[in-house]
Amino acid sequence: MYRYDTIDREMLADRAAEFRSQVGRRLAGDLSEDQFKPLRLMNGLYLQLHAYMLRIAIPYGSMNPIQLRKLAWIARTYDRGYGHFTTRTNLQFHWIKLRDAPDILDELASVDMHAIQTSGNCIRNVTADPYAGATAEEVDDPRVWAEAIRQWSTFHPEFSFLPRKFKIAVTAAPKDRTAARVHDIGLVLKRARDGALGFEVIVGGGMGRTPHIGPTIREFLPVNRLMSYLEAILRVYNRHGRRDNIYKARIKILVAALGVEEFTRQVEAEWLKMDAQAEGGVDLPDTELARIRGAFAPTGFESLPLQSEPLELEKAANPAFARFVRNNLKPHKKPGYGIVEISLKAVGETPGDATADQMDVVADLAERYGQGDIRVTHEQNLVLPHVKLDDVPAVWAGLREAGLATPNINLVSDIIACPGLDYCALANARAIPVAQNIAEKFRDEERAELIGELKIKISGCINACGHHHVGHIGILGVDKKGEEFYQLTLGGSGAEDAALGTILGPALPYDRVADAVDTLVDVYLRERTDGERFLDTFRRTGVAPFKEAVYADAH
Amino acid sequence: MPTLIRWRDGRAELAEDAFTHVADDQDVASGDVIISLSRFQADGDRLLHEGRKVGVRLTSEEAVEALTYDLPRIAVVALEFPKYRDGRHYTNARLLRERFAFTGEVRAVGDVLREQAGFMVRCGFDAFEPADGAGSQEWDAAARRYRHVYQRAADTRIPAYVERE
Repeated sequence: MYRYDTIDREMLADRAAEFRSQVGRRLAGDLSEDQFKPLRLMNGLYLQLHAYMLRIAIPYGSMNPIQLRKLAWIARTYDRGYGHFTTRTNLQFHWIKLRDAPDILDELASVDMHAIQTSGNCIRNVTADPYAGATAEEVDDPRVWAEAIRQWSTFHPEFSFLPRKFKIAVTAAPKDRTAARVHDIGLVLKRARDGALGFEVIVGGGMGRTPHIGPTIREFLPVNRLMSYLEAILRVYNRHGRRDNIYKARIKILVAALGVEEFTRQVEAEWLKMDAQAEGGVDLPDTELARIRGAFAPTGFESLPLQSEPLELEKAANPAFARFVRNNLKPHKKPGYGIVEISLKAVGETPGDATADQMDVVADLAERYGQGDIRVTHEQNLVLPHVKLDDVPAVWAGLREAGLATPNINLVSDIIACPGLDYCALANARAIPVAQNIAEKFRDEERAELIGELKIKISGCINACGHHHVGHIGILGVDKKGEEFYQLTLGGSGAEDAALGTILGPALPYDRVADAVDTLVDVYLRERTDGERFLDTFRRTGVAPFKEAVYADAH
Repeated sequence: MPTLIRWRDGRAELAEDAFTHVADDQDVASGDVIISLSRFQADGDRLLHEGRKVGVRLTSEEAVEALTYDLPRIAVVALEFPKYRDGRHYTNARLLRERFAFTGEVRAVGDVLREQAGFMVRCGFDAFEPADGAGSQEWDAAARRYRHVYQRAADTRIPAYVERE
């Protein structure tokens, strides 16, 4: 894992000191709320419905046990004993007091954490494949590039006041766990025939009011030219992105307005000009790339047999454990190891929430069994990427005791939901209780497993923080004359087969949503052929049978 | 006369401003003036022949490329921020310095706040008309708050990856 050096630490210390002085000026009345707002937003501090929300960056979703324990401690000391992991793989605290915020930033800095660029119209926290360094699918470790992007984008003097926020995802596996095609920039690491590494560069994907699947503007960018190419993209966007309308300011709108060809031409032209003036240009030297790469070198793996006897014995003896293994244990590139997914989607709980005690348990398990490595997924779960198969029974037991062994990864109750009207000032409708109702409906684990992979994503408003456009079943909260209604979409995907969902029909009232999902699932089970996921069946049959079933009683 | 802060040798200092900003509906004052791009295009040659120094003020809608061939004759390029959130001039300043090798003054005018000082200096601005009442001390502290930088820009600061070598 990457470890901060003196330079990284002094950056955080300087930032924390700056924010302390700004909060001091605000509390002393030297700054009005209007003047203070842009300053607090640059430090991830939002004013929400009930209190301040502090969004803490977890760069590429990666942290160590010391950091997770610090988050738990902050949750207990300054919040209400829990935190919320987000689709940007960040952590939010929803009940923060302004006067505590400087102390919290100091505490975070003491474990190499911060809230830098978790809000504002700048380059936000970069995300990466949560299985990085662990999956056999990847051509190389995407974290090397995610860390390089973290540094390059931090306090970038030219790109801190973009037309709108800007999100970058990096993956190196054909199976996309980052939703790269719905990012402002998605980077997919590939290997050419001659072995050289390069990025497929996808620009202009996004969700929100005008969802777009991002087009590829370059099939193969040599990896060592990444920073200058990003700088060229950002420069074209900074100059030409719309600033007159907040809803048309994302780069997807610029790419669509110019057309992919013209946008690409402008980027390439800018890049060539940068090249011509490149004296000590912005691309990282090989020495720095080697330094970062070294930080992610695999350590501590033992030579183990492919199969683990303790794991097989426990599976045979314990059906609950066997179910956990089937759904939450993923293959690792090293024989005898596995990737353990920890679901934050227990029935009745808020998707993505973890209590301070749960955070401590995960930190302990990671330390004891997981090489001290913890990841956050954009689907709001946690991952222990390197667990010996022999240790999986112990990890499971520890998780189960903490209420964290829910065996539902990628199943119907593994739902993404935004905070919705329960917390957010922008929301039109609640999202969390809708997720809870659906999870309750599919509480039967046997049935959930029979249904198989089914990704439900819920947003409480059109800003789409819950990624509903790319849900196999997407649910969007809308306000109809003061009442909460929900529009359902089917067939979306944020993975390598990215697609936007199709609207099912008229929006449904709150109390009909979970039943409608149940009906949709029944149609799928009736229509599916062998091996088909919900998404596959939908793509084959189209919307008609689903629509008919859900609106049958309206005829 | 608004406060003018200059960035010189890595520090902020107060300076006399010899230039007068002239709006498009005003008569051109005597002495050194800063005028709009459209006025410069109409009257620039005449004003320069009078032997005075001329600066050009660009809105954030205007591209610095419009000045490419005139830069050697221009003393000041004043980049006007309509709102501090409008970040286009950060790119314009870098292009002036890095692509067009402009050695005259690049001045930040309009909604110019001390919180932007560090970014502005890094992009090549060297004169500032703060809108928030910041004096040279406040500007200096804000611009030099960070001991390190992670990336190259239009200034001479050494990025972290070079510091580490």
